[in-house]
Amino acid sequence: MNIKRVTEKEFAAWVDALTPKHTLYAPQAKEDRFAFDRLTAGEDLRLDYDVSILPPKKYFLPQKEVLIKFDRKGNFESVIAHEPFVLFGVHPYDFVAMDQLNTIFEQDNYDVHYMARKEAATVVVSDVQVASADVFAGCMGNATVEDRDGYDVLLTRLDDGSYVVETRSEKGEVLTGLLSSAVDADEVTLQQREQVWNRTREQLQKHKLEMTPEQIPALLDKSYDHPLWAEKAELCHSCGSCNLVCPTCYCFTVEDELNWDMETGQRYRQWDGCMLTGFATVTGNHNFRDKKEARYRHRYYRKGKYVWDMIGEIACVGCGRCISACTTNIANPVEVFNQLSEEQQ
Amino acid sequence: MMSATELSQVRDIYLPQKATVTEIYSMTETEKFFRFHLEEGEAFDYMPGQFMEVSVPGFGEAPISISSSPTRVDKTTFEMVIRKAGNVTTALHALVPGEPVGLRGPYGTHFPVEDAMKGKDVVFVCGGIGLVPVRSAIHYVLDNRDQYGEVTILSGTRSPEDRLFTEELYEWKTRSDITFLETVDKADARWGGTVGVITTLLKRIQINPANTVVIVCGPPIMYKFVLLELRKLNVDNSQIYVSLERHMRCAVGKCGHCQINGLYACQKGAVFNYADIVDVKEAI
Ligand SMILES: Cc1cc2nc3c(=O)[nH]c(=O)nc-3n(C[C@H](O)[C@H](O)[C@H](O)COP(=O)(O)OP(=O)(O)OC[C@H]3O[C@@H](n4cnc5c(N)ncnc54)[C@H](O)[C@@H]3O)c2cc1C
Ligand code: SF4
Ligand code: SF4
Ligand code: FES
Repeated sequence: MNIKRVTEKEFAAWVDALTPKHTLYAPQAKEDRFAFDRLTAGEDLRLDYDVSILPPKKYFLPQKEVLIKFDRKGNFESVIAHEPFVLFGVHPYDFVAMDQLNTIFEQDNYDVHYMARKEAATVVVSDVQVASADVFAGCMGNATVEDRDGYDVLLTRLDDGSYVVETRSEKGEVLTGLLSSAVDADEVTLQQREQVWNRTREQLQKHKLEMTPEQIPALLDKSYDHPLWAEKAELCHSCGSCNLVCPTCYCFTVEDELNWDMETGQRYRQWDGCMLTGFATVTGNHNFRDKKEARYRHRYYRKGKYVWDMIGEIACVGCGRCISACTTNIANPVEVFNQLSEEQQ
Repeated sequence: MMSATELSQVRDIYLPQKATVTEIYSMTETEKFFRFHLEEGEAFDYMPGQFMEVSVPGFGEAPISISSSPTRVDKTTFEMVIRKAGNVTTALHALVPGEPVGLRGPYGTHFPVEDAMKGKDVVFVCGGIGLVPVRSAIHYVLDNRDQYGEVTILSGTRSPEDRLFTEELYEWKTRSDITFLETVDKADARWGGTVGVITTLLKRIQINPANTVVIVCGPPIMYKFVLLELRKLNVDNSQIYVSLERHMRCAVGKCGHCQINGLYACQKGAVFNYADIVDVKEAI
């Protein structure tokens, strides 16, 4: 496809031209933080965001999503979303997380609700301009995504404020077609972009993982009975915040609700979290993960081993959200993996 | 990439099919028997040990084992026994014949009635409501009786009032081509039978371990003790099948609730070969 170099002004004009035409969701300021929300005015766009409160996966797997409509007579009907939309300004690590979920919801049992949203989306990835306090995507190989497929446009801001806009698919072309007057990126521009990437990979290492991500599954294989789980979990409130903010968490519950007519209603799914006390409880109040440490360990095994066994990728992309979210400072995956590996030696 | 029209043709893994309650009666204080009939008449192919997601519109859905055998009822009819445990199961208990439910499935693995059990002696070990899914396999085996060796059924409940399918238990007890033993944890004045936990029955039977397949299904606490007893009887782990209950929300390998370490119980179970999970820490 094509790669353009777009001046700051041209870029702003482009976003202004996109907002009335498309349903855009993009990072914007929310009090002193940032959140993905519907973008109606180009000036609200904040591609200099460090990290969004919730990951943009919420547009593929909404916090609450109707799956089925029914009536009390037993008629059930699927509710499937089709409206096209643009996810604008997704950070590389969050894209990697979504790409993992794409595989998980597609393979084995095809989840048409998730996949319909995914198919309806145009994903515009934006390289990180400001590193958040706890990000470590650089250690996880997810600081940049030039080697990965599955998104439609890649935006990289150069030091003079101009953008390199790379179109990676036909869907992306629908958006970047409006930039046809911009110049093609030359060799120098591409080198500058390469430099930005190199710098980003360095900067997104606020915590340093002392191993390669691929070593984590084998490390966990040996760490099941490690005392660390109980030591750390001692302080856990089972609040589920680390699940809630995580871009790769996708567990959910399914519930029904009736409408006011008491005749019709809907079945919806809602995010759930394995750190919450009753996640694995069955009838008779038997909880298969009764102890905090068992739930705590389970989260790290999901991130570092179970999902790896399913799709061959580490399900911690290094966004750092859980580190910031945990009020008792025990949710840092880097700390956990490093400590396990030190004590193995 | 799929277009909107193509997507709308994809089967929705969460969509139930309409079914009707055709029969319902109380078996114990907390358990009711149900017979459901699929409305559209489209058959579900199922095997003993599999389960369905049963919906009461407005209340939700719950995973429930199929208790009937495909050898006895057509594949649009399902018998189930449901214990009143909470929201959905209470709504199920309030149904009367003619009322609608939703069914999707069948899900999960099944007892190896067509492979590992064929030609072998079979021992069924059922604790409490564990008899419900195993009944499907028992019917299957009894309906193809000549294809299996010795058949032994061991059943335990907390008290005589908790016994399910009492007429069938009587039939099994009186049949000469099977061995049926039962026990209760706590007897009442009328109980003339064995008293004690299920393992007391295992101590009484004689088996040829090399030629025996054992099916175990019951409440979570039962497994440890039964498996220990089976080890004493020299039954190899690979000859043992257990059905493990977990919290299940989706039954299609997505929601994460049923995970036993990395295993999805709704996909790789609920029936597991014990040798496959003996090293899985959260399993037993
Ligand atoms: C494979 C399988 C087969 C089963 N077969 C039978 C059967 O044949 N007969 C029968 O009576 N019961 C069976 N169950 C148990 C039954 O699914 C639960 O009792 C039921 O889901 C509880 O739902 P509820 O809405 O009535 O209870 P709730 O009001 O939701 O909760 C009551 C209690 O049940 C637990 N629970 C809730 N949802 C589930 C769930 N989906 N799975 C397990 N526990 C849950 C809750 O944590 C709580 O402790 C089976 C469960 C599984 C996993
Ligand atoms: S585990 Fe923490 S750092 Fe890793 S992806 Fe999830 S929220 Fe981000
Ligand atoms: S955020 Fe911290 S306290 Fe809350 S569940 Fe996660 S580890 Fe426990
Ligand atoms: S029940 Fe949802 S993953 Fe198994």
